Amino acid sequence: MHLSRPARIALRTAAALGFAVIYVPLLLVLVNSLNADRGFGWPPSSLTFHWWTDAWHSSGARDALWTSVKAGLGATAISLVLGTLIAFAVQRYRFFGREALSFVVVLPIALPGIITGIALNTAFRTVLQPLGVGLGLFTVIVGHATFCIVVVFNNVIARLRRTSGSYEEAAMDLGADTFQVFRDITFPLVRSALLAGGLLAFALSFDEIVVTTFTAGPGVQTLPIWIFSNMARPQQAPVVNVVAAVLILLSVIPIYLAQRLSADTASGGRI
Amino acid sequence: MNDTFGRRIAGMLHRRPRLRLSLLLSAPLLWLVLAYLGSLAALFLSAFWTTDPFTSDVVKSWSPDNFRTLLTTSVYRDVALRSLAVAVAVTVIDAVIAFPIAFYTARVASPRYRHLLVVAILTPLWASYLVKAYAWRIMLSEGGPLDWLLKPLGLHGPGYGLPAVIMVLAYLWLPYMILPIHAGLEQLPANLLDASADLGARTWRTFRSVVLPMVFPSIAAGSVFTFSLSLGDYIAVQIVGGKTQLIGNLVYSNITLDLPLAAALGTVPVAIIVLYLLAVRRSGALAAI
Repeated sequence: MHLSRPARIALRTAAALGFAVIYVPLLLVLVNSLNADRGFGWPPSSLTFHWWTDAWHSSGARDALWTSVKAGLGATAISLVLGTLIAFAVQRYRFFGREALSFVVVLPIALPGIITGIALNTAFRTVLQPLGVGLGLFTVIVGHATFCIVVVFNNVIARLRRTSGSYEEAAMDLGADTFQVFRDITFPLVRSALLAGGLLAFALSFDEIVVTTFTAGPGVQTLPIWIFSNMARPQQAPVVNVVAAVLILLSVIPIYLAQRLSADTASGGRI
Repeated sequence: MNDTFGRRIAGMLHRRPRLRLSLLLSAPLLWLVLAYLGSLAALFLSAFWTTDPFTSDVVKSWSPDNFRTLLTTSVYRDVALRSLAVAVAVTVIDAVIAFPIAFYTARVASPRYRHLLVVAILTPLWASYLVKAYAWRIMLSEGGPLDWLLKPLGLHGPGYGLPAVIMVLAYLWLPYMILPIHAGLEQLPANLLDASADLGARTWRTFRSVVLPMVFPSIAAGSVFTFSLSLGDYIAVQIVGGKTQLIGNLVYSNITLDLPLAAALGTVPVAIIVLYLLAVRRSGALAAI
C-alpha cells in the first residue's frame, strides 16, 4: 500500500507512543525499586540499594517464590501429560464428542478465573475434605493444571497437524513396535512443541492469582498472593516493589527461551 | 524394547485402535469432564439453592429466588451493566490503540526489525499481571508520576476509580489485541492493495474498503481476549478501582456469606462471554486464534 509521507510519519509516531505506553510503567517499577523515599515520592530524591538487600532477606517473599516454583512445576508436569494425551486423541482419531472435547479444554481459561476458582473450591471441600485431603499446595497444583492443559494441547496439536504420519508408518514397516515408534519417531517430533507448551504452562501458573486464592489452603502462599496481600501495606511497599522489579527482569528468561525454541522450529524441525 | 512381553502389549495395542484411544482419553476425561465440568455444573446448580439467613449455611431447596434478586435489585443491575460497559470500552480502546501499532509493525517497519518488534509486543505478556497492575497503582497514586507529568499542563491524573480501571485493563490486555491484528495485516496480500491503488483508490479509501474488512476477523479474535478477560476481572479493580465495583467483585464479596447468590451472580459474565463467543464464531473469527 502506498502511504503518503505524512501517513508514514503519523504511523511511526503512533507506534512509538504505543510502545512508550507499554514500557514506561515497567521501567517505572525498576526505577522505583531504587527510590530512597519509602513513600515513593516522585521524582526520586536519591537512589539506594537498601530495599534490594531488604527483599533478599525477606523470608516471606522467598518462601512464596519457592511455593510458586513448586506449584508451577507440578502443574506443568500434569498439564504436559494430559494436554499431550488429548492432542494425540483429537488429531489422530475420530470419535464421538471430539469437537466438544477441544472446546472443554479451552473452557477453564476462557471463563473468568473467579468462576473456575469457586467451582473448584466447592468441589474440593465437598469431595476431598471428607477423604482427609484439605486445601493446600496439592489443590493449587490441581487448579493450575486445569487451565494449563490448553496451552500444551494447542502447541502439541499444532505440531501434529504439520507432521504427517508417514515417518511413523515407515518405522512400523521396518519392524518397530508401537513403543519403539513413540520413543524414536513421535517423541522427537513433538519435543520442541512440548518444551514451548511447558514453558507457557509454567509462566501461566507462576503468574496466576485468582484460582490460587480459592484453591490454596491457609499457609500456602504463592508469590502473586504474597504480592497482593502485601501491596497495600506501607511497611512492605519497598520490598514488594523490589520483588516486582525482579519479576520484570526475570521475564527476559522465558522470552529468550521462546525465541530459541521458535528459531529451532523455523529451521525445519530436525528429526 | 526387545523383551517379548513388551512386544506382545505393543502388538495388542497396534491391533486395537479403540483400546489405544480409550487409554489416551481416560485420564484427561476424568480430569476435565468429571472433575472440572462436574464442579462447574454443581456450582451453577447451587445458584438455585438458598442460604439460611442466620447461619449462612446453604439450604438445598430449589428456588429461582437468587435470579429474581439479581434482576430486581438495582445495585446488581447497575453493576452488571457497568461491567459490560467497561468490557466494551476496554475492547474499543484496545482496538483503536492496537491498529496503528500493528500496522506499523506488520507493513511499515523494515522487514529486518519486524521480528524484534513482535518480540517487543510479546515481552510484556511474560511480565506478571500483578506487577503491571501494581505499576499502574504507583503511576496513578496521589502525587505520583502521572500527576507529576501532568502538573506543568495544569492537569492531574485520574486517581483511583472507574477511569483508572478502564485504563489499566486496556493496558493489561493490549498485546492480546496487537498480536492477532499484526498477524492479519501481515497476511494481507500486497497485490490487493496495489489493485485498489490501480483502481484509483487513495490511502483512506483503500483502508476503509480493503484493509479493514480483511482484518476484521483478527480484530474480533483479539476482542475475545480483551472482552472476556475484562468482564471477569476483579483484582485490577481492587488495586486501582478505589470504591468501584464490577461483577467480579460482587461475586467475590458474596462467596462466604451467600454462595448460591455468588453463583447466580457468576452466571452473568459466563452467559455474556458464551454469547459473545458464539457471535464471534458466527463471524468466522475463531479460526484465526
